[in-house]
Amino acid sequence: MFAYVVRRLATVLTTMLAASLIVFAVLQIVPGDPARLMLGINATQDAVDNLREQLNLDDPLHVRYLTWLVDMVRGDFGNSYTYSVPVRELVAERIIVSVPLALLALTLSTIVAIPVGIFTASRHGTATDTATMAATQFGIAIPNFWFALLLVYVFAITLRWVPAGGFPGWHEGLWPALQSLLLPAIALALPQAAILSRITRSALLETLHEDYIRTARAKGLPARRVLWHHALRNAMIPVLTIMGLQFAFLLAGTIIIENVFYLPGLGRLVFQAIQQLDLIVVQSVVTLLVAAVIAVNFLVDLAYAWADPRLRSRTR
Amino acid sequence: MNTNKLLITAFATTILATSSALAARTDIDIGVVLEPPHLDPTAGAAAAIDEIVYANVFEGLTRIGPDGSVQAGLAESWTISADGLTYTFNLRDGAIFHDGSALDAGDVVFSLDRARGEESTNAQKGLFDAIESVEAVNDDTVVVTLSRAQGSFLYNMGWGDAIIVAPESAEGNKENPIGTGPFRFTNWTKGSSVQLDVFDGYWGNKPALETVTFRFIPDAAAATSALLAGDVQAFPNLPAPESIPIFDADPRFTVVIGSTEGETILSTNNGKPPFDNVLVRRAMAHAIDRQAIIDGAMFGLGTPIGSHFAPHHPAYVELVEIYPYDPEKAKSLLAEAGFAEGITGTLKLPPPSYARRGGEIIASQLREVGIDMEIIPVEWGQWLDQVFKAKDYDLTIVSHTEPNDIGIYARDDYYFDYANPVFNDVIAELDRSADEDRRYELFRAAQEILTEDAVNGFLFQLAKNGVWDTKLQGMWENSPIQANDVTGVSWTE
Repeated sequence: MFAYVVRRLATVLTTMLAASLIVFAVLQIVPGDPARLMLGINATQDAVDNLREQLNLDDPLHVRYLTWLVDMVRGDFGNSYTYSVPVRELVAERIIVSVPLALLALTLSTIVAIPVGIFTASRHGTATDTATMAATQFGIAIPNFWFALLLVYVFAITLRWVPAGGFPGWHEGLWPALQSLLLPAIALALPQAAILSRITRSALLETLHEDYIRTARAKGLPARRVLWHHALRNAMIPVLTIMGLQFAFLLAGTIIIENVFYLPGLGRLVFQAIQQLDLIVVQSVVTLLVAAVIAVNFLVDLAYAWADPRLRSRTR
Repeated sequence: MNTNKLLITAFATTILATSSALAARTDIDIGVVLEPPHLDPTAGAAAAIDEIVYANVFEGLTRIGPDGSVQAGLAESWTISADGLTYTFNLRDGAIFHDGSALDAGDVVFSLDRARGEESTNAQKGLFDAIESVEAVNDDTVVVTLSRAQGSFLYNMGWGDAIIVAPESAEGNKENPIGTGPFRFTNWTKGSSVQLDVFDGYWGNKPALETVTFRFIPDAAAATSALLAGDVQAFPNLPAPESIPIFDADPRFTVVIGSTEGETILSTNNGKPPFDNVLVRRAMAHAIDRQAIIDGAMFGLGTPIGSHFAPHHPAYVELVEIYPYDPEKAKSLLAEAGFAEGITGTLKLPPPSYARRGGEIIASQLREVGIDMEIIPVEWGQWLDQVFKAKDYDLTIVSHTEPNDIGIYARDDYYFDYANPVFNDVIAELDRSADEDRRYELFRAAQEILTEDAVNGFLFQLAKNGVWDTKLQGMWENSPIQANDVTGVSWTE
């Protein structure tokens, strides 16, 4: 087990290094001068040159890469060109929106999807199963920004139960903050729940055809006990994998929903930074997101090894 | 609880309820499209900065009023020497910064010297070009000496880039702006909103509003929802022209379509054949149907222009009809120029919808007369590199949003690559003249020369799609300067 973990860690570090190099290199070939973009087309070249110097944009490439890398390892992500504040602060402000939103969406999707998956698997082939699966197909097909607009129209404009968007900040209290995250979380959760319930159903169906299930049935165990006790635990492994992937997606890939609800999340930070050529923010946040995805995958890998002893012995 | 207590409580509740119903609201949430990168107008071109802090938080020696006129700001009055070279400004009594320090002549000297200095990163450093020296005579008097007479000097001092800051707080203004305005900065929730609160120590009249929250809503559909749901009560420039009819039909909202300083033009590379040929440029002018572009790309909102000048300016000349939409005329002009078989080239379009949507329509209009332009969508960074810096383009569409910027046509090496000594002389004299009548004459002459030379395709003035709660008054109808001055805004009930 120890050798396995060490090997996995080495892979993680190499991947991180490669990712940082790619992110940095890609941003260097992006056209446009950040200084000119900040000062606009009316600015004199003189002022633009001064700003380039202040931002250290004239240093050689390898110096800028190494400085950035070393600083980042030390926990210093640099200062945003446009906001002139440490990137760490910017990210911290966004994470307190993005992480709760991702968790809320994941929770909502899980508490809907797992029971639906189990329910349809246990009634495999019935009309209920077919109807529910058709409904999930619909859930996957609906674009989530459109669904979001629909939610806004009903719950914010017509009923006025929740605000149409924005985020008041956690300092305004738990309820106002949760209120503003509720609609975006539902909009995000819908397609995820549709996918997850289908995964749960098919994983469970597959498990139900395994030999040991037949053995359990032959032993005379009631169907309910076979399903909940023997099949479900094994079927959970692919479900957990998908949930891990979904969490990583929810953390970084929610830019459209963040726009519809004008939420100050990580996705919008990156989007804005790209538009404003705030290279240091883009490269740092993207690298952080890469790290987050790798970390989630690493944990999933560990969970595999823990759940499946065969995996552990094979790596020896 | 005994009866007395109950009665008192009930009574108190009634009073509270009544008084809050009678007193007018003193808070407002205003929607703006873009979040500013920071809040220091002296260190960036982003209009989003001025849209929050101009006149509300920061003030300059002069200020620009709702009609575009120059008004007194931190300078209560001024005198100008006969040769137009020496300006003596008398500062307001009792003006203090939000950190409590008093405004004095030293702050003005510091601010102007900082903006024009060697190390300056002021986006409009050109505004301070003519200044030779700035001196404090005493605490309340500043003398600015110019190296040449400059007719627009007082106007220039009213720009957001020329606001007065204090040496102690200037460096921190990006995150914690400290000015002399009627509102002080309270809070900035990044990505979400900026809050301003009324400043009790303000030298002038106290504004009616006490709390102003600017909310950043970039998405057109979200902006519409936010207004309908009451999350914001005003959107000075709604990014969703398609939603205007919804608000027009709703008695809760007032819709005011105003004008901006944004001349939207089909910028043409005057240095590159065949576009260096004035006949070709005139042919293009005849080939363009401005109203079709305004209707198709801007949902009918926008005013056609015939030169590089804002229609709301008193010196505006109506030149739209010099080149009426006439495809036949365009074809014959092309033939006369020797391009009877047609022209091919590229049309580079930056991201805003006026460019992307407008570009499609213009390309099809030009194709009608035999000018076949390949559309190339570009991001702003690419646009700056390829079009603006390297002049590697034939045609592009962009809105020039700085006020009174006709002078850019006199710049050497500007991206239009246009050079006309007669025009340059007009601008040079304009720069020297302080007499308003003469200035207006020169402005008119400048517009006519640009139209005569058909330098660019002059399309339309961007509209300001103002939508706000009907109970609000004092919102600016036009934006002669990129700002949301809310110092005069109040609720009527």
